[in-house]
Amino acid sequence: MLGLMGQGMLKTCAIFILTLIGSIPFGMVVCRLRKSSFAPVRYITKFYISVMRGTPLMLQLLVWYFAPYYLFRMNIADWRFPAIIVGFVMNYAAYFAEIYRGGVDSMPVGQYEAAEILGYSKMQTFFKIIMPQVAKRVLPAVTNETITLVKDTSLAFTLAYQELFSVTKQVAATGTSMVPFAVAALFYYVANYVVAFVMEKIEKKLDYYK
Amino acid sequence: MKVLEMQNIGKSFNDLEVLRDISLEVDHGEVVSIIGPSGSGKSTLLRCATFLEKVDFGKIKYLGKPATMVNDENRAMYVGSSQLAEIKNYFSLVFQNFNLFPHYSVIKNITEAPLSVQHRDKEEVMEDAHKLLRKMGLEAKANAYPYQLSGGQQQRVAIARALAMKPEILFFDEPTSALDPELTAEVLKVIRQLADEKMTMVIVTHEMPFARAVSDRVIFIDGGVIVEQGDPEIVLGNPQQARTRQFLQTYQR
Ligand SMILES: Nc1ncnc2c1ncn2[C@@H]1O[C@H](COP(=O)(O)OP(=O)(O)O)[C@@H](O)[C@H]1O
Ligand SMILES: [Mg+2]
Repeated sequence: MLGLMGQGMLKTCAIFILTLIGSIPFGMVVCRLRKSSFAPVRYITKFYISVMRGTPLMLQLLVWYFAPYYLFRMNIADWRFPAIIVGFVMNYAAYFAEIYRGGVDSMPVGQYEAAEILGYSKMQTFFKIIMPQVAKRVLPAVTNETITLVKDTSLAFTLAYQELFSVTKQVAATGTSMVPFAVAALFYYVANYVVAFVMEKIEKKLDYYK
Repeated sequence: MKVLEMQNIGKSFNDLEVLRDISLEVDHGEVVSIIGPSGSGKSTLLRCATFLEKVDFGKIKYLGKPATMVNDENRAMYVGSSQLAEIKNYFSLVFQNFNLFPHYSVIKNITEAPLSVQHRDKEEVMEDAHKLLRKMGLEAKANAYPYQLSGGQQQRVAIARALAMKPEILFFDEPTSALDPELTAEVLKVIRQLADEKMTMVIVTHEMPFARAVSDRVIFIDGGVIVEQGDPEIVLGNPQQARTRQFLQTYQR
């Protein structure tokens, strides 16, 4: 039982880590596009964000998984795990993008003007001046989102992926026992404890300026 | 050689005409002070000169290089962005509220743009920065962060940051208006020192004794037009226009 569940935990961790690695930077790109001065880009990005936030992630995962088959008759045998990661990254990037946008909009205009006077390009201004300060401002909201992600990984069961939640259900059913549930709960709880601990450390690290 | 030439500048925000047919020329080494009541267009003039705002009418040139061209109706058209980027190297602007980068240390505030915008040699940039800090009396603060400094210290860092770009001309928009009187003095002292070194400067200020002491020329702006300009002793000591006299009376203690 523990062996199976251990494997499930590893897979859950894989979803969690790959989603963060993908969506935290991709969210920045989405945020940038959402604030593009070219209106069509802005509207398309806005639409993408509203779809990602306005439909169930579970449904999105199903679409990512089955779309290649229904649209292009592609073989999706090896597409299960990639589809999960793409689905999670696309969804979480939308949420992160909106969090970043709130942070970006709270930046005083003087920071942009100082950067412009010093000759920074728009790109440089965004990545050197604005984003680092926004990072500090949005950290609490990002922590919330990350804690939600730990729990959301269980949605991968929709695609019959053998992460912790799927495995737990099976193991509990065959063994007719409550123990697997308790183990899974403990795992999610500890994982979030670690997340909170790490985020607090990062917050402290950014405490060097006000 | 004229460092800056602005000719027949006009600027409106929607229906509000803020600058009307203003011309401003600044010689190399000249110190020009701009005075005038709140809302008269002083900041807008500096923001137009530094491209933070776009003018509607008139010519702007730096060191003879045009930033705008005009058509028959004097309507301004800006030159291409690569030419503008080159011209931007000629000036810098010191803000009323400093606008330092809070996430950078003092030394990084000063060196970041020379390194990543001007791509200058790192050793040379560091050396220049430390010289500037010494000049500002802030050597000990190189590794401090802006929030750890007083307003006067922050403004001196902002001046050092502007100077590190080696501009031909430096604009100041009320550099001491956000400061207490005792902090004002230390910033004015630094600007006066720059004037002694023949730094070309345009300074918007309400510090009349300072303007009188430091300027080669004083310009009084009201309602978006230049009402009077000339020798500081005349404009501030014996103004020819009634509006100038009226304005100066409000500043007498
Ligand atoms: N971005 C803007 N949009 C609309 N009106 C503005 C803007 N900036 C300045 N103004 C208006 O232009 C006038 C001149 O402002 P400003 O140049 O800041 O004056 P000063 O610096 O002399 O106090 C004021 O009436 C002000 O309200
Ligand atoms: Mg002003």
